[in-house]
Amino acid sequence: MIELTINGQQHSLDIEPEMPLLWALRNELGLTGTKFGCGIAACGACTVHVDGRAVRSCVTPVSAVQNTNVTTIEGLAHSATSHSAGQSSVSAARTDVQNAWIEHQIPQCGYCQSGMIMAVSALLDSQPDANEEAIKNSLSNVCRCGTYPRISRAVRDLIAARQTSRSQEETV
Amino acid sequence: MKLNRRRFLLGTALAGGALLVGYAASRPSRQSLANENHAAQGQTFLTTWLRIDPDNQVTVIVPHSEMGQGVLTSLPMMAADELDADWNLVRVEQAPVDDLFANGVLIKGFAASMGFSVPALLDRGMDALTLKAAEIMNMQITGGSSSVRFTGEMGMRTAGAAARQMLVRAAAEQWQVREDEIQVANSVISHPGSNRTATFGEMAALAATYEPPRSPVLKRPEQFTLMGRSLPRVDIPAKVDGTAQFGIDARPEGMLYAAVTTAPVFGGQLQRVENIDAVMQRRGVVRVVELEDAVAVVADNYWRASEALKQLVPHFTSTEHDQRSSADIFAEYDAALESGERNEDVAVGDASGALQSAASVVDASYRVPYLAHAAMEPMNCTVHFANGRCEVWTGTQDNLGIRGQVASAAGLDETEVTVHPFYLGGGFGRRLPTSTNTIIQATQIARQFDVPVQTLWSREEDTRHDYYRPAVASRFRAGFDNDGKLIAWENAYIGKNEPAEAAHIAYQIPNQKIDYVESPTHVPFGAWRSVAHSQHTFFLESFTDELAWQQQRDPLQFRLDYLSDKPRHQRVLREAASRAGWNTPPQAGRARGIALQESFGSIVAEVAEVSLTEAGEVKVEKVVCAIDCGRVVHPDNAASQVESGIIYGLTAALYGQITIEEGKVKESNFHDYPMLHLAQSPEIEVIILETEGAPVGGLGEPATPPIAAAVTNALYALTGQRVRELPLRHYQFLPTPEERGANRA
Repeated sequence: MIELTINGQQHSLDIEPEMPLLWALRNELGLTGTKFGCGIAACGACTVHVDGRAVRSCVTPVSAVQNTNVTTIEGLAHSATSHSAGQSSVSAARTDVQNAWIEHQIPQCGYCQSGMIMAVSALLDSQPDANEEAIKNSLSNVCRCGTYPRISRAVRDLIAARQTSRSQEETV
Repeated sequence: MKLNRRRFLLGTALAGGALLVGYAASRPSRQSLANENHAAQGQTFLTTWLRIDPDNQVTVIVPHSEMGQGVLTSLPMMAADELDADWNLVRVEQAPVDDLFANGVLIKGFAASMGFSVPALLDRGMDALTLKAAEIMNMQITGGSSSVRFTGEMGMRTAGAAARQMLVRAAAEQWQVREDEIQVANSVISHPGSNRTATFGEMAALAATYEPPRSPVLKRPEQFTLMGRSLPRVDIPAKVDGTAQFGIDARPEGMLYAAVTTAPVFGGQLQRVENIDAVMQRRGVVRVVELEDAVAVVADNYWRASEALKQLVPHFTSTEHDQRSSADIFAEYDAALESGERNEDVAVGDASGALQSAASVVDASYRVPYLAHAAMEPMNCTVHFANGRCEVWTGTQDNLGIRGQVASAAGLDETEVTVHPFYLGGGFGRRLPTSTNTIIQATQIARQFDVPVQTLWSREEDTRHDYYRPAVASRFRAGFDNDGKLIAWENAYIGKNEPAEAAHIAYQIPNQKIDYVESPTHVPFGAWRSVAHSQHTFFLESFTDELAWQQQRDPLQFRLDYLSDKPRHQRVLREAASRAGWNTPPQAGRARGIALQESFGSIVAEVAEVSLTEAGEVKVEKVVCAIDCGRVVHPDNAASQVESGIIYGLTAALYGQITIEEGKVKESNFHDYPMLHLAQSPEIEVIILETEGAPVGGLGEPATPPIAAAVTNALYALTGQRVRELPLRHYQFLPTPEERGANRA
């Protein structure tokens, strides 16, 4: 049996250890928010978090993520760290990244955006001091609708908002 | 607008006192490639339905597919504006809904007679509104940048205005006052003179007893309350939390998954398959399905199916194209352009005479490779055969067109097929009913099961079995007189495609001869965002740039000189140039290029500013785009579509190439068919211009055509190297001015 913890829930699955996490999520658990795009880790549509790190689930065997916490787009808002929750007036049921995606009206077809949001969330969390340029250069997810200019603007705003919020915390 | 005049309004009362108003019109089919279903009927219906319930809720049924272009927001805005509805009380539904296709006899009756009895439907106890929308929607294609300019302008606004007029009439009758004394705002009808008010819902039942007005009066732009505003798109919230459902997310009970390998050479047939026994032993595998030109493994999990497929060894028949390559195809093109039969596209004046007498002649040959669409959601379709019927779950650019295709592949009547629409993970032409090999295959596979089967193509399968943007070659000659005036334009290109005017030029040149030569290949082709404009604008606007430089003229001024009869073209050029700082030198190491095109009713000029990396690769720093779309309904969404169109075209210009080798496509996935990423995405500035009285232009496609030439024209200004073949990733440019020029890598 493969033991997985996904969005805080434990699952015991009778599946092959080499099955990519993507297909366990989509076909075994019905979590379809994580998308299949290329199958070779080249587009990022399948990005999830494993212990907070962005991972491309299409090439990650389930055996490699036992004893970890896997977060998918469906669970992102619930797993969000303190600086994400309740910051925006748009909705507390979403993270600041998700809210920024709405404020900047980013998604078009929307297919890549689960992965995009997961990747940006992990980058902003893991590199709190990164500037916009650094984030842009490390984000290798593909969006065929070309939402990149809006993603740039959202990332810029998110970096600024998080910096403001950190400096306020420090002041307090 | 080429809409013909056959249009009509339908209105009726629904049970419970709701008002239902619908609008339909017919127009010639856009797609010359259209399948038999389309060709047989030869017309496309544009329909709009809106319903007002007693609880004052307005529901707008959108007969187009949402593929990211914002149609679920912009179209209802147009209806709600004419209706003077409170946007917060407007609900949007994408038609069709389940069980709607049950009555195909009525559909056909409707299509034939253009007169349809709504009450007859009510007798059948169906949801007349959605049923109606679905039926009339048959052959409703989302393409050609047409949703807002046709369905919206002709349908949504008319239905909204008609419903408003009926509500006003109801209030006037009930209150015994004159209609022109009644005011409407925010879903409330009022008569200030007698201080009476009523909601839409309260008047809906009475309004529903009237015949809809034949020609309701539409608002003037200054009266708009919603059109022209950037309201939040209704589909976006579900696209940030994973709840938006795409075709690939369909999960009907008991579903199995199919992974497929199709004959790699187009036209090849499946001969035999080795290793079936071994594959059947694999966990989860249910069956190996052999089709005419493909083999599929069906399993209880897609990964199991696709792993098993790798173990199968299919053998395909050889074809006459087994040795054909892109190089062969381009050689065939060259031969056809040399000596093939010329078909006339444009003939004005005497181009060959003018070229003979010209003081100087410029010639150039251009070509571009095949391109795949590479929509992010790999092609998929889920089909379930049960009880002599068939259900389909998929995202397409024409739900009812797909229904016909499935019915035909399944040997069923259209009435026996139900299509469940989903969001599209990218359309770009790939999901038109002219490009539906996946749908047919999915139907053939699922036919062998009594449970639903989701056929899902790998990225490799999609890259290798697309309906490609055709490879095209185009040759030009142009002549100047002694005064440096352009007097002759001669062009011959391969393959006439849609839109028919794609190779026509906006510039005033007295002698023009534009011909095309057919040189068919075995490679399937289809509509790719902006269709033939995407190739021809690269050719036309590059060659125009060559002409300007040959005359040592400023490329902007040169264009303006030949557009004195086209003020809208001049305006977009001037606006884009001015915002890009055309008349001030760019910073060292950078240069700008400009390009222009009119397509799908909008006129677009783009200025690209480029630099070179240390490795001699092009870097697009900034793009300024000015677009005149007549009138804009949703400015922010318009800007989104323009940004999107530019990046789609830029990706193709920089990286896009599908190569034919041994009859088949060489590229397979994003490692060898690369995509633009955020890091290479230029800053984009969009200037949206309106022209009073001009028809509404399209937005989904027109920004794509000019970008390739804008970039290569900038590269010429920077390096002196003229790029006449794409993609740019094959070039290494010399970065220093002293070493101007470039080498093919």
